[in-house]
Amino acid sequence: MKYQQARWADEGRLEPLVFELSKAKRTGYTLPPKAPSESNIPNKLIRTELELPELSEPEVVRHYTRLSQMNYGVDSGFYPLGSCTMKYNPKICEELAALETASCIHPYQDEDTVQGALELMYKLERYLAEIAGVARVCLHPSAGAHGEFLGMLLTRAYHRSRGKERNEVIVPDSAHGTNFASAAMAGFDVVVVPSNSRGRVDLEALRKAMSKRTAALMLTNPNTLGLFEDEILKIAEAVHKVGGLLYYDGANLNGILGKTRPGDMGFDIVHFNLHKTFSTPHGGGGPGAGPIGVTKRLEKFLPVPMVEYDKKRKRYYLNYRCPQSVGKIKSFYGNFGVLVKAYAYILLMGASGLQEVTEAATLNANYIMRKLRDVDGFEIKFDTSGPCKHEVVLSAEPMNKNYGVNARAIAKRLLDYGIHAPTYYFPPIVPEALMIEPTETETKEELDRFIAAMKEIAEDAKSHPDKLLAAPTATAIGRLDETKASREPILSWKMYRKMAK
Amino acid sequence: MKKLGVIVNPIAGMGGRVGLKGTDGKEILKKAVALGAKPVAPQKAVDVLKMLPHKEKFLLITYPHEMGENEAKKAGFHPKVIGRIIPGQTTSEDTIRAAREMSMEGVDLILLVGGDGTMRDAISAVGTMTPMLGVPAGVKLHSACFANTPKSAGKVAARFLNEGLPLREAEIMDIDEDAYRQNRLSAKIKGFAKIPYEPTMVQATKEGSTGYELADQKAIARWIFELMEKGRTYILGPGTTTRAVAEELGIYDSTLLGVDIVRDYKMIAKDVSEEQILRAIVGKQATVIVSPIGRQGFVLGRGNQQISPKVVKKVGRENIWVVATPQKLSSTPTFKVDTGDAKLDEVFRGYIKVITGYHQSRMVKII
Repeated sequence: MKYQQARWADEGRLEPLVFELSKAKRTGYTLPPKAPSESNIPNKLIRTELELPELSEPEVVRHYTRLSQMNYGVDSGFYPLGSCTMKYNPKICEELAALETASCIHPYQDEDTVQGALELMYKLERYLAEIAGVARVCLHPSAGAHGEFLGMLLTRAYHRSRGKERNEVIVPDSAHGTNFASAAMAGFDVVVVPSNSRGRVDLEALRKAMSKRTAALMLTNPNTLGLFEDEILKIAEAVHKVGGLLYYDGANLNGILGKTRPGDMGFDIVHFNLHKTFSTPHGGGGPGAGPIGVTKRLEKFLPVPMVEYDKKRKRYYLNYRCPQSVGKIKSFYGNFGVLVKAYAYILLMGASGLQEVTEAATLNANYIMRKLRDVDGFEIKFDTSGPCKHEVVLSAEPMNKNYGVNARAIAKRLLDYGIHAPTYYFPPIVPEALMIEPTETETKEELDRFIAAMKEIAEDAKSHPDKLLAAPTATAIGRLDETKASREPILSWKMYRKMAK
Repeated sequence: MKKLGVIVNPIAGMGGRVGLKGTDGKEILKKAVALGAKPVAPQKAVDVLKMLPHKEKFLLITYPHEMGENEAKKAGFHPKVIGRIIPGQTTSEDTIRAAREMSMEGVDLILLVGGDGTMRDAISAVGTMTPMLGVPAGVKLHSACFANTPKSAGKVAARFLNEGLPLREAEIMDIDEDAYRQNRLSAKIKGFAKIPYEPTMVQATKEGSTGYELADQKAIARWIFELMEKGRTYILGPGTTTRAVAEELGIYDSTLLGVDIVRDYKMIAKDVSEEQILRAIVGKQATVIVSPIGRQGFVLGRGNQQISPKVVKKVGRENIWVVATPQKLSSTPTFKVDTGDAKLDEVFRGYIKVITGYHQSRMVKII
């Protein structure tokens, strides 16, 4: 299959901004005559002019359709972005979340009028608790990192309640960057432990790092190398022995659904990424949902309000009476629309379906690993004997050494095949890393197409490295100046106008 | 247009093959030649220069004959040649003069093909004014400013010229050759060079590093400042990270290459000997703050011999704080100790917590 992304451009300049397309007095709407509620608004609060773009409806529709054509998403094609679990988002979940009963309710409505919504949250909490093997779940955090942050607040509350100030959180060097940040944000000192030659946590270093100061160890399992931390029971025992808590980063939960549970491994706090494992869209930075699950002894610290069920009155209600709670961490009760989609997904799959998810995701990753590990230019670092879990980290170090083509060049070239790049240069303990997570929703034909593309790139690295270094050429825009993009981002029309001045 | 200076010490490394521990000084060179030593640096210089693409994109400035001109021409360059030498009789004076003149020419980077002695000579002329990168060709390569191989030096230089790279300070070490020939190793920090380096992209940002060594040194210093207790004695080892600690305390005249003593946020003794340290810590609580030598990884015993086994035993292992920026750790994955007391060295083996940033540390193995 050949790929050529649409490119809407005028004399080299891409599709103009919606503000630039604006023409005075052009409208795509009709407002009703003065609304009755308007008369209640004090005069000084009423604006007579609004700086909004003025366009007709077809212009707006075309503008955003063009932009979407110059974009790439999981609905366009293969998206093996490691540790992000970019699986297909079933459309039925979107439809259910769009129902009026889900999308048009207000958080300030009386509890009696939103019993269905409360029931959904109550049940979703319980499903997630069952999946992770924990006692209770809180749905409030609006992203994975937000969940991590809450996990750290719970850790602090737990130690304080026991009259102890513990100030260190241990994080392996293969961990997601947010772990370091979440711990630091919550006021902990971060201690990094290295991985051993098998790509797992180095127990000797971990034991040496632990002390009476240890508040928690944050761990991802399977870890970011796609490898199962097979010494997890020993790790849990060591952490608990010094009085610390074990925190589970749920980024890779897709690799163990229905096979094992963080709670059974000895984790005390677990976060979920509903937008990964439970197939809600990632969105452009949100809205997301990063629920937190805890064991019995941490339940009382969870944020308010908690959704409870009154058996006598057969009624769901919001409980704010939790004296030891860490308080509120999000307005209202979390991103409800996302919760609806995850709830629908879990019901759609069922228990056996979720198990199958993990099996297919793992099989797909191992298929890719087997097909690519011996290709000249790639290699697998660390544990090369056994299978991987739901993702595989290839190293392009040999290709870089022998032919001067690095992981970045491979990632860019893949775009020309209509394939989203894997996560690259992560985890940082693998040189020239390409972190590939195919997920369970891809067909064998799609995987084969990816494998063929990778092999062709490996061949080109030897014969036409120039072709790779010029990539991507089939996309709306080629290589970006990444430094400039991160140093001088222009994120709004306001900023753009300021820059132009 | 960027300017690249190239200095080749043609005799560097000649002592190695024939079992002499270095080639510093005329007598040793004579001995080496008599033993049949052949020059090795010129070929390494050609190897590096061949790694540099886009010959028209920068100006290559070099010294005459075997100090760079010959090698540059062999690699296909038309270099601008400055200075004068007597071919076949180059000395350390020539290296010093070459470095100074190239710095005056405003070169962006000096590629220095040689060993520790060559590096020491060059920085005596230009210090950290002009960025430098060592191409390993000498017998002694204890300094942190050398690339791993001539090839990797070429790659870094090419990237530096094409895209620009951040700079970091790296230790220039040298050992006393006479002592070494009698099997005594006495390595000292002779100064610092500014070297370009390729940051390990993700690691740096992930662990809260800014990607800029100076900022990370300041972050380390800030945390140390917060950890410091009144009445306690702090012994600051050599290096730029410990200098940042002193500066955080408002001390701007700390000893870069030596050991200083601080108490109650004030300097109480400068550039001290082992004796002075021992006197200062009698009956007092003390903490030693040291930074490893880049690439070599020595935490104790090289470059900070003043912090002797006696001192270490007195303060206790748990009161030895090791500080290192993520940049330094990326090229120094494991540490070593060589205090001269084998039993004491043994106590240090295994993992140690290294302060790497503000409220951040990392477990690093001492092997």
